[in-house]
This record gives sequence, structure tokens and C-alpha cells, in this order.
Amino acid sequence: MKNKKISSNTILLFITIALFVVMYAAGCIVYSAKGFSHLQTFLNILINNAGLLCVACGMTCVMLTGGIDISVGSLIAMDCMLLSVGMERWHMNAIALCVLVLVIGIVFGLVQGFCIGYLEIQPFIVTMAGMFFGRGMTAVICTDQVSISSNKLFVALANMKIPLPFGAYTSRRGIVQVPYIRISVVIALVVLVVIFLMLRYTKFGRNLYAVGGNETSATMMGLNVKKTKLKAYVLSSFLCSIGGICYCLNTMSGSVQQAKGLEMNAISSAVIGGTLLTGGVGNVIGSFFGVLINGTISTLVKTNGKLLSSWSNIAVAALLCFFIVLQSIFAKIKNSKN
Amino acid sequence: MDNKVILTMRGISMTFPGVKALDNVDFTLRQGEIHALMGENGAGKSTLIKCLTGINAFEAGEIRVDGIDGPVVNHSTLDAQKKGISTVYQEVNLCPNLSVAENLFIGREPKTKLGTIDWREMTKRSEKIMKDLDMQVDVTQNLEEYSLALQQMIAIARAVDMDCKVLILDEPTSSLDDNEVMKLFTLMRQLKEKGVGIIFVTHFLEQVYEVCDRITVLRNGKLVGEYPIADLPRVKLVAAMMGKDFDDLASIKSEETPKFSDEDILIDAQGLSHKGKIKPFDLKIHKGEVVGLTGLLGSGRSELARVIYGADKNQTGTLQVNGKEEKINAPIDAMKLGMGLLPDDRKAEGIIGDLSVRENIILALQAKRGVFRLLPMSKQVEIADKYIDILQIKTASRETLIKQLSGGNQQKVILARWLATDPDFLILDEPTRGIDVGTKTEIQKLVLQLAGEGKSLIFISSEIEEMLRTCSKMAVLRDGEKVGEIVEDLSQETVMKAIAGGDGNE
Repeated sequence: MKNKKISSNTILLFITIALFVVMYAAGCIVYSAKGFSHLQTFLNILINNAGLLCVACGMTCVMLTGGIDISVGSLIAMDCMLLSVGMERWHMNAIALCVLVLVIGIVFGLVQGFCIGYLEIQPFIVTMAGMFFGRGMTAVICTDQVSISSNKLFVALANMKIPLPFGAYTSRRGIVQVPYIRISVVIALVVLVVIFLMLRYTKFGRNLYAVGGNETSATMMGLNVKKTKLKAYVLSSFLCSIGGICYCLNTMSGSVQQAKGLEMNAISSAVIGGTLLTGGVGNVIGSFFGVLINGTISTLVKTNGKLLSSWSNIAVAALLCFFIVLQSIFAKIKNSKN
Repeated sequence: MDNKVILTMRGISMTFPGVKALDNVDFTLRQGEIHALMGENGAGKSTLIKCLTGINAFEAGEIRVDGIDGPVVNHSTLDAQKKGISTVYQEVNLCPNLSVAENLFIGREPKTKLGTIDWREMTKRSEKIMKDLDMQVDVTQNLEEYSLALQQMIAIARAVDMDCKVLILDEPTSSLDDNEVMKLFTLMRQLKEKGVGIIFVTHFLEQVYEVCDRITVLRNGKLVGEYPIADLPRVKLVAAMMGKDFDDLASIKSEETPKFSDEDILIDAQGLSHKGKIKPFDLKIHKGEVVGLTGLLGSGRSELARVIYGADKNQTGTLQVNGKEEKINAPIDAMKLGMGLLPDDRKAEGIIGDLSVRENIILALQAKRGVFRLLPMSKQVEIADKYIDILQIKTASRETLIKQLSGGNQQKVILARWLATDPDFLILDEPTRGIDVGTKTEIQKLVLQLAGEGKSLIFISSEIEEMLRTCSKMAVLRDGEKVGEIVEDLSQETVMKAIAGGDGNE
């Protein structure tokens, strides 16, 4: 029998999952009176963070190559604004607008990816330029807050409840509540599964890991590092645009200040999920739990009601520190072994 | 061995800005042979390899590979790999975060019918490769779980599995211990049986004699010759690498060795070492003694000096200065104990090009005094003028920027910098490199004069004659280890024999 060693990365992933479970269970016990233990609370976390989950998947891919993409928040704002203004002011078809948003995402990613992969400019600088551009373009499209209400198809999609066949309960007033999810959750979960399979079973997915592991080696082994990076940023922006549509389905509006700092939530989710900023290590499953932890924290703070919402930032900060310290301890142990 | 020739390089030339890196070099590799490519640092070994693998473009000459019509020019390592030429470098070029199997197959993964990666097939084939090479490795584990030696062997396995005919091993053993080296050699012999031609680049002489069939020696970018291993004993190999015709060496009589007593010991190093650079060594230096460090370039001469000086912190052992045990954590500690180091890389570690001659001279003295006790200007001028005069530094004025001076004069300025601190112990690393004969003699005289004043010196040079003229004791280094000392009978012959090592020369 082979004695399988569990790698430290797997341990980190388990810690993340365990932390989520503990945190959620604690919430269920402490706030059971406020209905925290109902399945719908969990589903709401998914609904509220569907957009973030898409973005976090793309961010994970980029971070695997050792890069970063901080343009995603602005890109989401731009997408939402385009969707809102397109539907409300220009009276465009919802489907056509969604396709347009996705195409813009791809072009956006191509430009960023070209600068990073082929011109070898620092990802931080390039995507920072992308961040300013996106936020600026949002304001150029429209400076008002625009709400979507007239487009029937889009409103119908946003309000559509997909009931789950299990977990129904009777509320205190005696009404039977069937837990439901929204279309955005379906989209986000499909993205998650597709990216998970892509990272594991396609050449491109493995190349992302190789590039992040050691760029020189990847080149020496005959991989096209430049192209891989380009594709990673295209993927990130594309997934971000999908996330933008999910986000818009939740908020049903566009405004210049929307999704500010979302890129940082995506990065922190990936890091909490075990993705290394230096690249080469990480998985979207981890990022999924990272997003859930982020969502749970803010839900806990909200459910408490008395706490300032900024406490969720402090909790995330503490968790980030915890995970980064943990990662570096594991790295130290590994080094001392060799 | 009348094996088929699988690779020929003819008349390869290439220039780096200002330097002829390769000048009309030939190289021939036969099937199933291990061919050592030898030469000192800077002899052109790496450049030749890089021309072959497409990293550098060569200007003249041609490369022919068996099975390919017409001359071959590679434009990238990938290009070379496709033609059956693979390279494994000293630093393993694999991805530590991927599994062993993936490292073997990345870029050419087996696919399922759906076009996705077939992990099961990949694992199966990897296990077979490992088994064929007698390596016990769990291929599903990450590469980083294994030792450097195994990683290196996995890199070789990858190269071999990609149908390589020519395998280049560029300093593969530098970071391996003896046991691991043995394993690597077993693997190399196995591959040789399979008909792979191996080019082995190394500076470890012993290893060459253990596995190689043939040696090609380069010096200063030129081909010295190609020899079957039996025709080139160690000493001759060293002579070929250093460019001395061994038979014609005139043995220079050294002057009478001054006698030193134990009371005069200034520096007493016991078991100092720095991992990966220099193995533990002992060294005693008396007052007024000039100790030469000799060995091939890259044998650890500079590294030994750097450990004493604290430029590389010593990891084991103790250092006594004037009979008192001292801890040197950084060069400033060494300076305070009256030491000075003239580094070999003048441009990078010595001169500060945009400062004037005066500023460069007072630099070390000022550092020793501390930033808050600024030397008065009049004092600075006095010191600068004094040394410009003593050392006859040719400069327009003491305020000229040092980068405008010639190499020899820059060297004198740095020497002045250390003399100004009035050191008891001075390390000179290649002080005469790249400067004209006249200045060289002046510096040698100065060394003897300083020794006469009771100062101790370590003198490192590639020119043995120069060392024979100045040193009263020589420490011999080989492969990062101090292998002996020569006190009596200092001659070119004994020194070169000691450098070559081998049969009872130590």
C-alpha cells in the first residue's frame, strides 16, 4: 500500500472549509431565533455573492499565474451601467446587451492580457489602468443612478425564483416557505464547475499552474507563457462580465460607485481559499469557500443588527492575516524539510 | 569506440560587445559517449552550449545533427528540443508545484477521447518511465517533495523521454551531495548504454574522470583540444585549462620563507563555512604574512575570503583575531577589527562611479568612523592627496569622477581606500586583473611592502607567478573546499599539482 501524504495545500483547503462550517454553525446557534439556521439564509449568501463568485473564479486563474487583476470592480460597475442605461434609456434588447457586455469583457481582457503577457508590464499597473478606465467609462456612460424596471425580460429573469425540492419549512406565521435560488446562482455555480474542470483537465488549466510555479521552467519546458498569460486575463475579464450580469440581476441598477472594492473581496476570497499571491497554488473550490466565508461574515454582522457593518471588514482582515500567517508557516516547514 | 557521430559543431564564433566569446570552436559528440566540456569560468563553455540550444545566436560556423540534412540553427530551447537536443541545468527547470507525472508530461499530456487530460494514462506512463530508470518515486506527489538530486533526475527523465539524442548536463552536480552524485552517474551510464550522447559541463575534476569518455577543453573562447580521457591526466588537464604548457614550466625559486611563530598569529579561523559556497576550513595567518589562495576560478577562493570578512556570514566554526574570539556578522564588524577587502568585481562591488576620487578614497574610513563623525574636508583632502601621491594614481585631480579613470587607476583608488583605514589585515581579491604590467608590478611591490610593515594579507590571483612572487604560504582550494596548504617548496609545479589534486599531492 502506498502511504499517501496529504500535501500542505490540501490541509489549508480543509482549514478553510472547517472554518466556514464552524463559523456557520456558530451563527446558527447564536442567531437561531433570528432565523439564521434556515436553509434560505445560506441560499441568500449565495444569491448575494453570485457575482463575486464568478469574479473570484477568474481572479483565481489570474493569481495562479502569479498575477493579479484589480480592474474587476470597475468592469462590473461599467457592465451594470451599460446594462441599465441600455435597457432604460436606449431601450435595447436585454439579450443583445448581455452579449455586448461579454464581448466588451473579452476585448478588455485582450488588451490587458496583451500588455501583461507580450509587453511584459506589471499586472498590477496594467489592471490599475484598467480599473481607472472602467470607472471613468462608467461615469461617461451616465452619472446618474439608473434603475432597471421597464425591460420585461430582464425583470422577469431577476425576479425568477427557482424553488428547491427540499428544505421547506413553516414560518412562525404558519406560511410554508420553500427555499429558492435565483438564476444568478445557477450561472455562478456553472462557472465554478466549468472552471474547476478546466483547471484540472485541460492543457490551458495546467499551464496556468506551471507558469505560476516557475515561469522560466515553463518556458524551458516549451510552454507558451505569453499566450497563457494573455488567456488568463481574457478569462478573468470574461468571467467578470458574467459576474457583472449576475450582479446587475441582484441590484437591478447601475451607478458610478457600484462594486467599489469588489476586486479586493475577490482577492481576499481567493487568498482565504488557499491561493498563493506568488502563483502556482490554489483552486476554485477554495475560492468558493472564501466567498462563502466573506458572505457569512457580513450576514452575521447584519443579523446581529447592533454592530457597525464595518466590523465585517475587520473580521475579513483578521482572517486574511490568519491565513497568510498559516501559509507562510507551511512554506517554512516545507523549506526546513528540504 | 567507433561510434556514429551525432553532433558536430564547426568553427563556431560569437562576440559579446567588446569580447570575443567564442573563436572558431569545434565540438564533436558521438553516440553513447559522455563528453566533458571543460574550461575555467569565462572560457566559453556556457556560451557554446547556449549557441547549440538556441539561446545565443552564433555569428559564424555551422552545427550538424545526425538525421537532419543541412546545417541546424536553433532559435529557442524548444526548437532544439524538437531536434533532439535537451538541456538540464544546475537549477532544476521544472515546476515544483506540479506532480512528478505532470512535470514529465506537461506540454505533451496524453489526452482522452474528449480532449481532456488523461490523468490515469499519464500516471501509468510516468510510473513506467521511473521504473525503467530504477527510480523509486511516487509520481502523483508534488515535485517539491523530493530532493534536488531526484528533481534533477526527473528533469533528465523528461528530456530522455522526449526522444533526445543529445543530452546536455550543465553543472548538474553543483548542488548535490556525494551520494546523490553517484545516483546521477548511474543514470548517466544507463543513458549512455541506450545510445544517448551526453555533454557534461562541470568544474569538478574528479567527476570528469569518473564518468567521461572524452574531454574537450576551452580557454578564453578558443578550443584547446579534444582528448580521450586516457590521454589527459589531471595535471595536463589543469595545464590545458589554465594555458600553461606543463613541460615548459620554468620552476621559479621562491625566496627564503620567513619564519613565523605561533605568538604572531593574527587571524585564526577554525572550521568556518558557508553552505553551498565553501566547506569548513581552518586557516592561520601570521602578522606580516602574505597568504595566497589558489585554485581554479570558481573553486571557492573568493568565497573563503568573503566568509572571513563577513560578507558571507560564517555558519559554522570560530574566528580568532589577535587571540581573541570575535563574531563577525557583517563587513562593518570586520572593518572595526582592522580588516579590509578589495573585491574581485571592481565595477559592481568596489568603485562608486559617480563619486570623485577623493570621496571614493575616504569612503571606508568614513564608514568605520560612523556617519555622525564626518571627516573634516581638510583631512579628506590630505588623505586623498597622500594616497594619490604614494600610489601614483593618474587622475586629472582629486575631484575627478572615478569612472573616468582607467581600470588600473580605479584599482589603486580602491586600494587607497583600504590603506586609508590603516588595516592590520587586508584581503586582495584579484587586485591585478585587467591592469597593465607596470601597475601590476607596483601593486606586487606594495603588497610586499605592507607585509614588511607587519600587516597581514590574503592575496588571490589567477596568475600563479604573481602569487609565487608575493606569497609566503599558499592555500589550495578545489570545488569549494580547502584541500591543502603549501608552505615549503613553493613552485609552479607543486601548486599546479595541488590544484589538480588526485594521487597523493596534498
